[in-house]
This record gives sequence, structure tokens and C-alpha cells, in this order.
Amino acid sequence: MRDLCQGQRAMRSMRRQAMQRGVIAVLDIGTSKIACLVLQFDGPGQFRETDGVGPMAGQSNFRVIGTAHTRSRGMRYGEIETMAETERAIRTVIQSAQKVAGVRVDHVIACISGARPASYGLAGEISLSAGKVTEQCVARVLGACDVPDFGRGREVLHAQPVNFAIDGRSGLSDPRDQSGNKLACDMHVLTIDGDAAGNLVHCIRRCDMELAGVASASYASGLAALVEDEQELGAACIDLGGGTTGVSVFIRKHMIFADAVRFGGELITQDIAKGLRVSHAVAERLKTLHGGLEATGRDDREMIELGGETGDWDTDRRAVSRADLIGIMRPRVEEILEKVGEILDAAGFDFMPSRQIVLTGGGSQIPGLDVLASRMLGQSVRIGRPLRIQGLPHNATAPSFSSAIGLALLTAHPQDEWWDFDMPTEHYPARSLRRAYRWFRNNW
Amino acid sequence: MQGLNPFSRMQGEGGRPAPARPVPARPAPAQQRVQRRDPAPSRLAYRLNRMMLRPIVRRLVHIGIPAFLAALVAGIWLSDETRRANLTGGIDGIVDKVQHREAFMVKMMTIEGASPVVDKGLRAMVPVDLPASSFDIDLDTLRERVLKLDAVEAVDLRIKPGGILSAVVTERVPVVMWRHARGIELLDKTGHRVASATSREVRGDLPIIAGEGADRAAAEALALIDAAGPILPRLRGLERVGERRWDVVLDRGQRIKLPAEDALQALERAIALDRAQSMLDRDIAVIDLRHAARPVVRLGLEAQNAIRVARGQPKLDANGQPIDPEIAKKTDKNSKNNG
Repeated sequence: MRDLCQGQRAMRSMRRQAMQRGVIAVLDIGTSKIACLVLQFDGPGQFRETDGVGPMAGQSNFRVIGTAHTRSRGMRYGEIETMAETERAIRTVIQSAQKVAGVRVDHVIACISGARPASYGLAGEISLSAGKVTEQCVARVLGACDVPDFGRGREVLHAQPVNFAIDGRSGLSDPRDQSGNKLACDMHVLTIDGDAAGNLVHCIRRCDMELAGVASASYASGLAALVEDEQELGAACIDLGGGTTGVSVFIRKHMIFADAVRFGGELITQDIAKGLRVSHAVAERLKTLHGGLEATGRDDREMIELGGETGDWDTDRRAVSRADLIGIMRPRVEEILEKVGEILDAAGFDFMPSRQIVLTGGGSQIPGLDVLASRMLGQSVRIGRPLRIQGLPHNATAPSFSSAIGLALLTAHPQDEWWDFDMPTEHYPARSLRRAYRWFRNNW
Repeated sequence: MQGLNPFSRMQGEGGRPAPARPVPARPAPAQQRVQRRDPAPSRLAYRLNRMMLRPIVRRLVHIGIPAFLAALVAGIWLSDETRRANLTGGIDGIVDKVQHREAFMVKMMTIEGASPVVDKGLRAMVPVDLPASSFDIDLDTLRERVLKLDAVEAVDLRIKPGGILSAVVTERVPVVMWRHARGIELLDKTGHRVASATSREVRGDLPIIAGEGADRAAAEALALIDAAGPILPRLRGLERVGERRWDVVLDRGQRIKLPAEDALQALERAIALDRAQSMLDRDIAVIDLRHAARPVVRLGLEAQNAIRVARGQPKLDANGQPIDPEIAKKTDKNSKNNG
């Protein structure tokens, strides 16, 4: 875990560099679209209360100066399948975002939606010799967490301390300077497939960009779509994306679980294309314009012209009722929600105090989804749109941009990760330092 | 509006009715949709685009290279001697043409308020021969040169419409003559030189002052002469002593020494004394008023001798030496003999 720590630290220092320069790009590489936001950091104190700009959840220190999104290419299930194609898509989106912003961007923070995430809850405990918690104690207790075997080729994406306990007093978010004899911590670790992550890093490097951080897309969309109370009391965010459906569970403002289903909106489109024997583009249009999940009697009479370019008159002039379309879409959405429900069961979501479920992502725009989801997952379900951030154009406020916006929020206020704390001192090569010191003293 | 259609019709026909159309006609082919080219930039285009977004490169391309090219073209074009000469000649020709238009020509000069001497000098000072362009006449320089003439106090130079160079001259008025070691000069009321004079008789009406530095105190001298009222007929002139104070010189060799400060009051005092006791009519050589608290009077030789005779002392001669009685008798006898 040490070399991983170095890599993450390098990305943190890159992020600090980008903050000094003031311009950073966030890149949401999804299966159906790639979105890029260029953020400008003006530093705090740019706005006063009298300007009518309040604290705005602490995110008034940056604004979006460039936005672009494009069709994603070479992606499948949130992973890079054809690297050259994905690289071209990233080039396209970065170039157009730079054009909108009018500045050159060198640092990028990306999020990855697929790559088989797996989350682990770790626990560690140390005894405090000084009777007081210091900065090093926090680092030590994080280092003392017993790490399970993640499996071959897994990379740690997030390792966030979730909870601290001192002598049985649990639920502390910041234990520093408190007195006690024993310090325990719970840590949430999210691992992803190392090869997928490596592909992403390589792809971004090939676009002449410096990677300043990687985050999980389900985590980012949870940050954008959940309001503060939901994050505090416990909620699950379901990000219905193109290739994957991300699930993240939050409580007390920390993510405690994240996973992704390898089903998404592309699959619904494929079902429509197969079921109606139309092209992929036509199926996508039918899904977005006429799609739905709850059939009513009126839908039987509403005929939708399929259109087509085959040249065969009979094929091109077909029409289906909307009820047929709903009949194709609904089983697939039910299947996706079943998988989500299984994940939530595995995460122990039923035992949480508030079982709020927030649906976001492009798939959440299907009419009737909230009814279906509340029937399948639980009573309190809402469709979540991402938080409004300063300078965001209107066409980027759709739910499909929630992971990009969440990534921007995460860039402005990064969560404490394990590698943000100093390395425990016993691993520091103190002997060589001492030898160097002695050499200096003897010679000068 | 499909909801308003009768339900049975839709069911009976199974979907929409086919549109009525002529038999051989085929549906119009769907409009050839232009397949959108993949908009991804090539790697080179992407790099160039990012390079162009660097501020320094941007500034170089937008300002530096155009400026350099313009300078280069201009430099190459101007490197030829003939072209350069043509260019300067052309520019000079245009400038000359504009400057020598009829509207800018000055044809004559009018001078007001100047005596013939000054008039002649002023005409000689105009640097160009009339008619000339008004661009060639620098009025400021000309005004400075004219003001260097002593006789001119102020001059108002302007070019009037119609090509007239108008000069309105205010001359200095001589009010006093100044006699000094190098000659006689006429001064105006501020003490500025107006002209030189060959003799006193040139302007007999003006009062005269003398001594080094008298011109610098000319204003004070004029005030003193004004105040001299009753003794003005007897006034010969004023003399500056030690560039510090004035002596009022009257006829019969009388002299009033005035202090350096408050000379006017001292003179008025002397006039008051004269009026009360007709002091100046007596045989008094010098009235010394330099010390305000103690005026001193020096008697004339006659008066002194009268006093000395009354006291039985020998008389004084013109040098102030007592005359030996024998020599006095001899001379008396001689004078009687002569008489």
C-alpha cells in the first residue's frame, strides 16, 4: 500500500500546483458521454456578503469557465475498451472546453465509473502513549488498520477515515488533541481494477494532461445529488448512467459504501433496437423522446412512427404504440433496479436510520422511474438533480452531469484520505538522517 | 389528436391507413442525412491548439509576428536610396504644398504704436521675406526677440485673416535721465533703459539722477522728486551714494543727505523745516538727515566766518583752515590797493 500512497501523494501535489495556477479541468469519462468542466479558482474572499453571494455551501471560491461534452467513444461498462478512440474523445472534449474557457488547462481530475469497484470497511486501534491524540497518532491508527487481501491487480481509489473512537466514545470526526488511552478508527476503502485505472491514467497522459486526482463516479454523483441533510442522515445515491449504474451510500457526510452494476441505459437502447428491429440511433431517439415505465390505456393509442433509412417502404413506415415501447423498457429497468436492490441489501442499507434513495444520472430522466423505484426499493425515493454551481451553463445542469459537478465539488473541497496524513514516523529512515547529521557535526 | 379518433376504426384497420397515392409513385427517398464527420481533432491539431492557448505564444502570433513582418517589409522597401529620397521628397512636397496655400500666406506687416526707430528695427527682425507662409513665422521666437529691444515694453503679435502680420507695440516712456560714468541714459518708471542720450539738453524736461545703481532705485527717485514740490525749482537732481541712499542736490551747492530707509519721510521733514524756518535760504551747505533722531546741519563758509569774527577768531579759508591774521591783513591791504 506504500507505493500506492506515493502515487496518490503525487496526484495531491499536482492538485496543489493546479490550485496555485487557478485553473483545473474535471473530466467525467462515461460510457455514453464525456463531459469536461474547466474550473477557475479565485481564492476565498472574492465575494462579499453585500454582493448577494452567500457562502453557497462553501463553493463560491470557484466557478465554471468552460463546459463541453461529447459522445463517448471506445468505452464499455465505464471502462476504456479502445484506447485510441477514447483518447480522441478526450481530446475533443478538452479542446472544446478550452475554447469556451479561453485558457489552457494542464491539470485534470478524472472520475471512473466502472472498473468493478469493491468497498471494504477497515478498523484499526492503537493505544495512546501520550494520553493525547496528535497528528501522528491519527496517521498511525490509519496505518494500523488491518488490510484484507484486495485481490490481484486491485488499486485503492479512496481510503477515507469515516469514524474515530477514543476509549469507547465513538462518532468523532476529528479526534486531534483529545485525551484518551485508546484510539480506534474505521476506514472505508474503495478498490478498483488496476488495469482499468492504469488505462485511464495512460489515456489522459497521452492527451498531454497531468492527472491531479482520480475519483469514483458514483461517489462524485452522490456528492452532487444528495443534499447536506441526506448525506448526514443516511442516503443512497443511484447514478443511472449509460454503461453502469453506480450506487453510493452516505451517512454522517461520509461515503461508507460504493458499488456499480454493469447495466445501464445503453442496455435499454439495445433492447429497443433488438425488439423493434431498428437502428441504434433510432432506438436512442425513441427511448429519450417517447420512453416511459408506467403504461396507461392512452399509451395503447399513441402511435410512434419508427422511421428508418433502409429504403424498404414497409420497414420504414412502421409504427408502434407507446405501450409496446414501455413493455420493452420496463423489464430492463426492473432488472437494473433489482441489481441495485441486491447491492443495497448487501450494504446493509435497511439498517440505516433514514433510507432515502436519490436517483440521478441520465437514466433518471425516464418518466415514471420514481414510481417504479419506490415500489422496488423503498418508499422515500426522489429524482435528484445536481447542485447548482457558479458559472454552469443551463445545458449542463441536467442529472446526467451530476458526476462531473460532484467532481468539481470534490476538487474544491477534497475529502481527507489516508495519504493526506503524514507517514508514520517508525517507517521514516531516521538512521540515515542521524548519520548525515553526525557527519555534518564532525566536519564543520 | 389521436385520442379523439373513434376507437373502433383503429382496431378494425389495424394501425394507420396507408396514404392515398398514385400507384407507380414510390415514397420520396429519405433525405440524405450528412453523416457527421468525427469531430475529434488530430493529435497535431490538438497540440497546436493547446500551444496557441499559451499567453506568450498568443501574444507573439497576434502582435509580434505582424509587427515584425510590417517592420521587415518597410525596412526592405526603404533600404533603397532612391525610394527613400522619393518618399522624403514626396512628403516634403505635400507639406510644402499645404503650407503655401493662399490661406496660409502672410503678405504684409502692420505695426501700431511704435516710433519710427522701433518700427524699422521690428521690420528688420522678421526672419523671412514677406510674402511667406505663416508656418515659417514662429511668433513666439519673434516675440522674444522683439522684447529684447529696450524701447519695447510689450508687443502683441498675431497673424490676422487676410495674410496680415499684426504687431501692436507698447513702448517704454522715458521719465528720468540717468547720468553715470559711461554716459547718459533715459530710463522709464521701472528703471529700465529706454535709450541713450548724447547730452543733458536732449530732454531738458526730465529730472536727472546720478550715481552707480541709480537705475535700480529709479522708482524711489521718482517718488522723491514728486515729493520735492516746494523745492523743485531749486532741485538739480538726485545722486545715489554707495548704491544705498540718495542725496538731494540743490543749486548753490546745497545738499540734503537722506537715509537709506524712509527716505521719503526724511525729505518731507526737510521740506517742513524749510517751510517753517526757511532753512534752505540760509547759508547751510549740507543738511544731514541720515540719523532720524539727530539731524545735522553744516553751515556755509560765510556763516562760519561771521561767527568766528564775532568771537574774535581768525576766519577760515575755503579749505576750512584758519587764516593767519598777518596774511589776512596783507591780503586785505592788497585787495584795498587793488580796489
